[in-house]
Amino acid sequence: MDERRILSVLVKNRAGVLTRVAGLFARRGYNIESLSVGETEEREYSRITIVVSGDEYILEQIKKQLAKLIDVVRVMYLPSDGTVCRELVLVKVSASPEVRWQIVETATIFRAKIVDVSALTLTIELTGDQGKTNAFLNLLAPYGVREVTRTGLTAVVRGDREIRDFEDEE
Amino acid sequence: MAVKKSTGAEVLVDILIEEGVEFIFGLPGGSTIPVFDALVDKRIRLILTRHEQGAVHMADGYARATGKTAVVLVTSGPGATNTVTGLLTALMDSVPMVVICGQTPSSSLGLDAFQEADTSGITYPVVKHSYLLKDPADLPRVVKEAFYLAGTGRPGPVLIDLPKDISAALLEYGGKEDGRDFHLPGYVVPTRGDEEAIGRAARLLGEAKRPLVLVGHGAVISNASPELKALIETMQIPVVNTLLGKGAFPETHPLNLGMLGMHGTAYANKAVIECDLIMSVGSRWDDRIVGRYDEFCPAAMKIHIDIDPAEIDKVVKVDVGIIGDAKTVLAQMLPLLEPGDTADWVKRVGRFRREYPLKYKKEGKLRAQHVMEELYRLCDGKAVVVTDVGQHQMWAAQYMLADSGNNWISSGGAGTMGFGLPAAIGAQLGRPGEPVVAIVGDGGFQMTLAELATAGIAKLPIKIVVINNHYLGMVRQWQNLFYDERYSGVDLEGNPDFVKLAQSYGLKGFRITRPADIRRVLKAAMDYNEGPCLIDAEVEKHDNVFPIVPAGAALRNMILEPPKRKLEKPTGGT
Repeated sequence: MDERRILSVLVKNRAGVLTRVAGLFARRGYNIESLSVGETEEREYSRITIVVSGDEYILEQIKKQLAKLIDVVRVMYLPSDGTVCRELVLVKVSASPEVRWQIVETATIFRAKIVDVSALTLTIELTGDQGKTNAFLNLLAPYGVREVTRTGLTAVVRGDREIRDFEDEE
Repeated sequence: MAVKKSTGAEVLVDILIEEGVEFIFGLPGGSTIPVFDALVDKRIRLILTRHEQGAVHMADGYARATGKTAVVLVTSGPGATNTVTGLLTALMDSVPMVVICGQTPSSSLGLDAFQEADTSGITYPVVKHSYLLKDPADLPRVVKEAFYLAGTGRPGPVLIDLPKDISAALLEYGGKEDGRDFHLPGYVVPTRGDEEAIGRAARLLGEAKRPLVLVGHGAVISNASPELKALIETMQIPVVNTLLGKGAFPETHPLNLGMLGMHGTAYANKAVIECDLIMSVGSRWDDRIVGRYDEFCPAAMKIHIDIDPAEIDKVVKVDVGIIGDAKTVLAQMLPLLEPGDTADWVKRVGRFRREYPLKYKKEGKLRAQHVMEELYRLCDGKAVVVTDVGQHQMWAAQYMLADSGNNWISSGGAGTMGFGLPAAIGAQLGRPGEPVVAIVGDGGFQMTLAELATAGIAKLPIKIVVINNHYLGMVRQWQNLFYDERYSGVDLEGNPDFVKLAQSYGLKGFRITRPADIRRVLKAAMDYNEGPCLIDAEVEKHDNVFPIVPAGAALRNMILEPPKRKLEKPTGGT
């Protein structure tokens, strides 16, 4: 049975590392639902957060094949409870004067920010886990969502442990 | 004292010498001229090939024959792309190799410059690791890291993409210790296996009634032969080996049943079907040996020793997985072993061997198997045997027994036609004074035969046996057996006269057309040592390799001899 998991991959910050990781997924036919990447607390390393889905066998293979790449320092599935997950969404929604305040009210409830206003649209920024961002987008749908762009999930384990502390656990 | 400045190319060559490199296999071009220049008057011998594919396969053959990391040097663009097949071959079969490709100067990268290719991008899936050098100061570390990565853990090809301005740049090289500060936090080289898992494996081996050891290439690479022999003889366990595992445990040993799988011996496959425990030492349960994954010894306990953690449970789900170096793990296991009672089982597999021997008809036309049997006898089992890919390869695997792992060289995982001749050249360079036999088919041979010149110039006494059936025989065999004899794209009409071809390269040519001539001609060829010679063996055109397990079928569906009825098309596998 397919399961959806968040994979955190610590890599050396070197040219080509993202191609190697993405290429591995493409070649072996693994699914990527989202992928986000950026530098870590040390410039030498980047952290890639990948949302993947697959059965137990596929999930295990993904981890082992990634670990085989020389530039990959550490791979782990983040625990489904005990992980903080966030993504950032920018949404441009049709906002005629009649409905504008309803949209602003919805945004306020979600603690979203209005980042741009035009005569006919509002552009809103929202951060949250995907349950929250999806719920927000659903509520905006009736007004006419013109564009959505999302960063994909990024995530970190709660508490004082770091990715390097999880050697061979799980 | 100020450190002397040298060009990147000179530093590169100095490091290659430090690393103990004897040969560079390659072909120059615009972007590698500085490196070729730095090779003039150096202690490294350049083997100039006629095509870059030949260079990579030569390096491959050299590495397999000697266990050392081999070096390839080619130019940018087409020079680099011509190495791709050889990289795949080396990656699939875990062969240590450093491939240095010239590249357009850094300032022109990405501008579609002359002979520019995205070499890194093209080769990502076929290398263990690769580097694009952008700063001359990184050169010493990168080259040394490349050797370290290629030769340790599960070996493989490492590529260095070297822009021309980097090889021409001046840098200070501080000698042996310079660049040794590797920082590879993601790279772990497993050696010792987990004690608990090894203990469990040892106990299971002792308890099994019908145990079997499956020997793969990993056993050859880690030089595990002495430990393997001790384990097998102590425990009295029959052995089967993969195509690349040949020789790690002597194939002439009474407990060795030879190769298993698609074209394995019937007795090896019968043992696999009946065993109640199978322990793989450095094999990756390739589809060519397992057949149908879900029907592969379903009742047997499975133990898997592998240096690559990603191989455990990849194809076959195992009961005990041990990550480590085969030699070390077996050495850890030896003191824990308590022999069980396998006498009945050993007797039973002995009966399989007597009841289902390899067979063919010796009378009538010239048979490839007959040529191999005689060749094996003449070499006294001592030759380094290098094959190409196809029917001849399987017959060679069946009839040319290997008693040492480094004496059998063949492209297994990738199944690269054209591998045989260049790999034999590399093997002979690495093992001068030892007999090297290249067994090739007329199809694969023509893919890289330009390297006859390379062999001739170096006066290498390789015996090139062309098993010439004027067909792409393995595909023809499938069309014959499974595709209603609808032959498509397999007739090699237009083949040259191989004897004359050899002569035109200044080599000695022989021909065998009748069974009665086999021994005499082969003997003459073996006695000819002034340079390479080619033996054109005009064999029966319509022979098929048996036994055969249809692709994707279970081992029990093995076909032992030409079937009387039509067969279904294979449902899975290639």
